[in-house]
Amino acid sequence: MLFCIGLYGALTRRNAIAILMFVELMLNAANIAMVAFSRYVTPVVLTGQVFALFIMVVAAAEAAVALAIIISIYRSRQIIDADKIDLMKG
Amino acid sequence: MYDLSFYIMALFAVGAALGMLCTRNLFRAALLLVVCFFTVGGIYVALSADFVAVAQVLVYVGAVAVLVILAIMLTRDLRQANFPNRLRLGAFIVSALVFGLMVMSIYYTRWKVSPAPPTEPTTAALGARLFAENGYLLPVEIASVLILASVLGAIVLLREK
Repeated sequence: MLFCIGLYGALTRRNAIAILMFVELMLNAANIAMVAFSRYVTPVVLTGQVFALFIMVVAAAEAAVALAIIISIYRSRQIIDADKIDLMKG
Repeated sequence: MYDLSFYIMALFAVGAALGMLCTRNLFRAALLLVVCFFTVGGIYVALSADFVAVAQVLVYVGAVAVLVILAIMLTRDLRQANFPNRLRLGAFIVSALVFGLMVMSIYYTRWKVSPAPPTEPTTAALGARLFAENGYLLPVEIASVLILASVLGAIVLLREK
């Protein structure tokens, strides 16, 4: 449920930082699914929790890089509206 | 008792996520995201995953939320910055479809629910899984290289020329 809210939010926001926030929400929702499956299906082996930890690491790393990109775009062009960042559009 | 707390936390998480969609103020959306992170940590505790819960609060609330708020403070227009773009109807249809698909697939799968009780202090077990032999040591090393690459990338991107 959280995943779908995050998906809807990520697809419909114009502000690039808001998009990033909803992507983080989606990643969190996927993590919950991992941990929940780990608890009910394989509670001894804890595979889901290990995977959830790795997803957390990857999500934090990509959040840092994504924010760096957004801030550098803002520095050079003063906008964070994702509709207007269209230099590569044909 | 775990079930009730799970449902309460899940309710708060979904409520905060919906609030993120409806609020106009971007800073309030960021604070609602922090609420989401905390409640997801609570959901992990309700699922008997204590180490993951603490790691979640430390990493997400401590680092990612701070980064998001930092980025919001550095890019100015707070008050009216959280409005939807033109893709509203299509995105709603896609999200509803994905939601329906997920609910159906979860409902109709016959899960092999294991009767074993969850391992209670998960830290030692997780440490054994990650670092002992036959464990996931290589992904740990690769994750550290990934973090290094992302930190270096962020620094290079934000250098003042």
